[in-house]
Amino acid sequence: MKTWLRRNLFRTWWDALLTIVFSGVALWAMWSVFRFVVFTGRWEIIDVNLRLLLVGRFPKESLWVLYGVVIATCFWGAAALGGGKVAGAREASRSEQLFAAVRRFGLLVVVGLLLVVLAGVRESMWFVVAVVGAIVLGLQVKKWRRSIAKLRQIPAVIWHVALAITPITMMVLVIRSADVQLWGGFLINFYIAVLSILLCFPLGVLLALGRRSSLPMVRLVCATYIEVVRGAPLFVLLLLSGVALDFFLPPQIDPGPVFRSVTVFTMFTAAYLAEIIRGGLQSIPKGQTEAARALGLPTVKIIFLVTLPQALRNVIPAQIGQFISLFKDTTLAGAALSILEMLKISEAITKQDAFLGRGYIYEVLAFAGLLFWVGSYVMSKESQRVEKKLGVGQR
Amino acid sequence: MSLSAAAPKRVPPWRNIRVLRWMLQLVILLSVASLLYWLWNNYRLNLAQSKIPTNFRFLDNPSSFTLPGNALDQSAPVRRAFVQGFLNTLRVSIAGILLALLLGTLVGVGRLSKNFVVRTVAGTYVEILRNLPLLLLLTFMNLAVVLQLFPRIESAWVPFELFVISNRGIAMPWFVGSGTTLLTLFGCCIAAMFIVSSGCKVYSNRTGKSVRTFLISGVVFVVLMVFGWSIFGFNWTLPVVNDRGSLGGIRIDPSYFALLVSLVLYTSSHVAEIVRGSILAVPKGQGEAADAIALSPSKKMRLVILPQAFRVAMPALGNQSLNLIKNSSLGAVISYFELTQIAQITVGNGSPAVPAFTLTLFVYLVISLTSSLIINIVNRRLALVER
Repeated sequence: MKTWLRRNLFRTWWDALLTIVFSGVALWAMWSVFRFVVFTGRWEIIDVNLRLLLVGRFPKESLWVLYGVVIATCFWGAAALGGGKVAGAREASRSEQLFAAVRRFGLLVVVGLLLVVLAGVRESMWFVVAVVGAIVLGLQVKKWRRSIAKLRQIPAVIWHVALAITPITMMVLVIRSADVQLWGGFLINFYIAVLSILLCFPLGVLLALGRRSSLPMVRLVCATYIEVVRGAPLFVLLLLSGVALDFFLPPQIDPGPVFRSVTVFTMFTAAYLAEIIRGGLQSIPKGQTEAARALGLPTVKIIFLVTLPQALRNVIPAQIGQFISLFKDTTLAGAALSILEMLKISEAITKQDAFLGRGYIYEVLAFAGLLFWVGSYVMSKESQRVEKKLGVGQR
Repeated sequence: MSLSAAAPKRVPPWRNIRVLRWMLQLVILLSVASLLYWLWNNYRLNLAQSKIPTNFRFLDNPSSFTLPGNALDQSAPVRRAFVQGFLNTLRVSIAGILLALLLGTLVGVGRLSKNFVVRTVAGTYVEILRNLPLLLLLTFMNLAVVLQLFPRIESAWVPFELFVISNRGIAMPWFVGSGTTLLTLFGCCIAAMFIVSSGCKVYSNRTGKSVRTFLISGVVFVVLMVFGWSIFGFNWTLPVVNDRGSLGGIRIDPSYFALLVSLVLYTSSHVAEIVRGSILAVPKGQGEAADAIALSPSKKMRLVILPQAFRVAMPALGNQSLNLIKNSSLGAVISYFELTQIAQITVGNGSPAVPAFTLTLFVYLVISLTSSLIINIVNRRLALVER
């Protein structure tokens, strides 16, 4: 203990000074946060407006579909990602497993509990039970899958399709249950982010391949697109889409703000993603392509079966990082296109009659920040885990 | 028995790889061109209906709005407003880049500190700021800190009688005199400092003695600066609170302050991660060699590790600086009068939207391409020359 203190805190007088100053700062910061959360924070503004903050004006009678999506996604996530161990690691003991689970999902559970408390424990109890049940069921399915896999090989694609059917049908139901203009709050942030990620990924891959193509025209077109988009600020592009997208579409099409923002986010992120994937493609040794060619594979197969999978695996953290910043940037859609997303609604509810001019901005921003922070943090940690699991840098 | 059947046979064009490649390119080019033509055609038809001009003649119209600080009056052309906006963008970006690089380097080095407390505090700083949306930080700085936490002018904070901090901005001590003279003086002093420091280096290389280059050149700079200051008759003014604001000194706009601080906080957390990664990328033997010749920890960092780390970090740091410039467009949300905000105002005042925003985009594109050119040149100078 004494050695630890001396090594870590009081090596020299300068070190000791740093320790004292930074401990003071840290303690003060922790105390302020604690005091704010427990004593001075007036959380009734969140309590009253919880539904607005999370789903905006999503009609109350269709909320059950949303609950269904959350439950189905939990089931799917548990069945797809749950369990499994880091490549090459030994089987973990029970307590180690528990510790790892707490480290991975502790934050999410805390936020979930917070939301449950805010929404009213009795009202949301059945929902909690359903979510826990879905997760347990998902983990069980994962185990069955393993034991079946020992008997007979079933391609992973079939598994995933079979498991994904429920959440996807639920999502279609959600989209059909309420006009997307009515969506708001955290839901719309999430929706825009997920939709843009799904759309920008193929575009990014194509752009990256095009930029490395041996065909000069294709290279030129892709490089111009990438450089122009990367040189422009996202906020200006969003503003431009707000005033100018109408001019470039036939008059009978009237895009709503969500459509505009998804278009811009997709085009913007695709350019960045293309550069990331290009980096991944460059990291693949030439021998891989040559070996594939020696086997007589055609070019398309070489790309999609040999180089691209390895390239995508090599740049997982950078890709997830780009998706995280897309998720954070969805807040810009509120400022540029007046979509009532989380941050916009947070500001708006401080102007309600009951709260106007009484300095509720701290509570509101703290809540919005917590949700964004936990989302991004968990995603970045998961990306590191996936990277380890796929054994990047080891194979 | 003739083998001549295997003699060169013309490959049919639908299997000839060269023809196929050209065809593919042609198809892609044609589809891109037709997409562009479709968009352009729509644009033309829509404009014919709405009778909105597409040229840049609106730049000569009177701007009909004012900017704080008498930079623009109502009759000045829109062109002037754009120039002012561009200058404001540069003002916040340059200060932001310098501060973010400095703070980010400190935090990045702190994350690798042997001191447990420093390491943890730096790590928490990075993890908190990196995972928050920039717009949220900006809103927080603007609405919660500047407009709410800062006192009204009647009860302004006046630390050390030097600053006046209130929700109307922050006033700082400033000089009185001609700006260009001071800038020239400053440039001369910097040049003198460089000459002295390179002289020190030459001396140190010839004699093998260690010279306190940093100290000597710093003293030279300060002495010259003070000397020139008194010769050219500069003076200080201190800000004083009066009933409507502060008098004297220089006043930093609240929106400038909020934008600068949030940009610096956000970017520095990214810079810190880059710096940390690059320090870890410096081969371990370098640090051990520095220990072996008994360099002090700070010298080891300053003379051995950081210069090599910066070589690795340079492209990524350049990217972050570019991101900061582009993110400064968020100033429009808190009505800091930078380029985007100016574009928005002029469009609101009746300038055609598409040309105005295209101009804005073009300016950002030029900034970003110029910066990447500079970064590339610096990068090439820094790059390790191998056989």
